[in-house]
Amino acid sequence: MSVLVYTENWDGKFKKVSFELASYAVALAESMQLPVAALSLGSVEASELEKLGAYGISKIYTDTNEGFNSLDNQAIAKAVSAAAVKAGATVVILAHNNLGKAVAPRLAVRLKAGLAAGVQGLPVTTSPFVVKKLVFTGKAFGHVSINSTVKVLTLAPNSFGLVEKATAASIETFDAGLVSADFATTIESTNKVTGKILLQDAEIVVSGGRGLKSGENWGQLEELAALLGAGTACSRPVSDEGWRPHGEHVGQTGKIIAPNLYFALGISGAIQHLGGVSSSKVIVAVNKDPEAPIFEAADYGIVGDVFKVLPQFIEAVKTIKSA
Amino acid sequence: MKILVLIGNVPDTTTKIKFNADKTAFDASGVQWIINPWDELALTRAVELKEAHADKIESIVVANVGRAETEATLRKALAVGADEAIRIDADAKDAWYVASQLAKVAAGFDLILAGIEASDYNGSAVGGMLAEMLDMKSVSAVSGIELADGALKISREIDGGSQTLSMQTPLLAVVQKGIAKEPRIPAMRGIMMARKKPLNVVAAADAEEHTAFVGFELPAPKAACKMIAEDQAGELINLLHNEAKVL
Ligand SMILES: Cc1cc2nc3c(=O)[nH]c(=O)nc-3n(C[C@H](O)[C@H](O)[C@H](O)COP(=O)(O)OP(=O)(O)OC[C@H]3O[C@@H](n4cnc5c(N)ncnc54)[C@H](O)[C@@H]3O)c2cc1C
Ligand SMILES: Nc1ncnc2c1ncn2[C@@H]1O[C@H](COP(=O)(O)O)[C@@H](O)[C@H]1O
Repeated sequence: MSVLVYTENWDGKFKKVSFELASYAVALAESMQLPVAALSLGSVEASELEKLGAYGISKIYTDTNEGFNSLDNQAIAKAVSAAAVKAGATVVILAHNNLGKAVAPRLAVRLKAGLAAGVQGLPVTTSPFVVKKLVFTGKAFGHVSINSTVKVLTLAPNSFGLVEKATAASIETFDAGLVSADFATTIESTNKVTGKILLQDAEIVVSGGRGLKSGENWGQLEELAALLGAGTACSRPVSDEGWRPHGEHVGQTGKIIAPNLYFALGISGAIQHLGGVSSSKVIVAVNKDPEAPIFEAADYGIVGDVFKVLPQFIEAVKTIKSA
Repeated sequence: MKILVLIGNVPDTTTKIKFNADKTAFDASGVQWIINPWDELALTRAVELKEAHADKIESIVVANVGRAETEATLRKALAVGADEAIRIDADAKDAWYVASQLAKVAAGFDLILAGIEASDYNGSAVGGMLAEMLDMKSVSAVSGIELADGALKISREIDGGSQTLSMQTPLLAVVQKGIAKEPRIPAMRGIMMARKKPLNVVAAADAEEHTAFVGFELPAPKAACKMIAEDQAGELINLLHNEAKVL
């Protein structure tokens, strides 16, 4: 019995979420008194693999088949499943991001395992195995019991954090046995978001709503975000209008995020919007309408004009940063 | 080409969530039920594709695992433009159970559309599980589907960007936002026609289940929002720094 974590990389580098997954897997394995191993797929250099050791991962399986770069859901599920069998894993952990969500259900079927998606924190109990997750799109928490021998979890990004625990990691080459016919996802083009903080990785998110009036008015919001090293987000009508890209839309039908700090600027706080952001640790609202429902969800608020408030925010952040 | 669209039946997105007294089950009293928002967009896209390629798309079938009360939702899907509905008569227990039921009716389809998650229990599971049970290729986080010569042109979101793919059928696409712009509202003619379209009820097969909800909790009520004057906005940043310690 052991715990296996699938640590994703992008362009040969681990994603930030992979270190969080490693931290989580190590803590979970410790609480169940099981050994823990990580699986890396695709080409990742040894020096990069060793970084997992800083988070307590002592064993790393690596299959460097280039085919995995196509992110073929079925092929990755096959590979993770083969590694889980090899490691004798009873708990397999993935990220609750686009790739993890795509692979986990396929993997669960292969391993005859129950799946809990979007898990928050360590299990409530490990026997029976009960985990906590958001339900009703952020409006409540549910406790799910997984009753199968093998369990598959996807961890909600930013819900656990990074925990360093230096260990020497041993790297073992692993052949998941995939052939080129397994990779039937043909990529025609890739559009990378570069030089920006990924929304789901961001610890601080600055988000704008229809109150900003037009796509041209995002300059100060972006300036604040850049100063804070924050990701940028928006409400649904804003992306529907094409003021901002779809990838920024948060809420019930967009992304669900849980940063430490969420700025809602000119956002009314409709229930479908709050569903995607209510797990944020601290919410700041700026809205000129004192009756806006966003103030019921917020921790700090200003009734006022976002265009008068933003320059003051920017100045104050500069002052703090220079102190 | 035959398209199957999976239809989840979920509480209206504005529903105030309540649980029973011992907090072990959702209290559905007074709830309005709707097509799961992503499934509604998936169906809308299927109908758009059929309208644009009447020569290539033979039929659109919708399927739901649920009891008789979900039929209103399936009728709505027929009114939006599906040709036929299947209801598998069972309680939608867990994702494994639901996917196993759907696998029994999913043979022979070239394209299967599932939503990225159901807005009630946010399982994010049924589509991918069904694909694996059928040994079918799948693409997830799909925000666009076009028919190209002999292939499907798929747009998907990846962590850190987006991609355009060329995929062969049969394929299961797990769709998200962007797949259709707005859900299609059934017109009166559609509603009239829906009454005459077939809604077949199929008995459930034996299937396993591996997960169960054992309890629920509502988030702790928030403390009152601390208000700062508009001309003192910088003070709010100081509070985030010194008091909340998130900056
Ligand atoms: C099925 C369904 C799913 C949905 N999913 C989502 C979702 O995922 N995400 C989402 O966001 N929405 C979603 N919605 C839409 C949601 O109901 C709201 O319509 C939307 O969130 C409103 O966006 P908004 O707050 O930007 O705009 P509005 O509601 O128009 O609010 C704009 C706010 O800005 C304030 N304002 C205006 N000018 C200024 C100024 N100069 N300074 C400060 N404040 C100002 C106004 O007082 C107002 O409160 C969904 C709706 C449905 C039916
Ligand atoms: N009871 C059901 N009947 C038919 N399809 C379902 C059912 N439950 C979920 N689905 C489909 O699976 C998707 C993901 O649901 P879930 O895995 O429950 O979050 C939904 O968007 C639907 O397309």
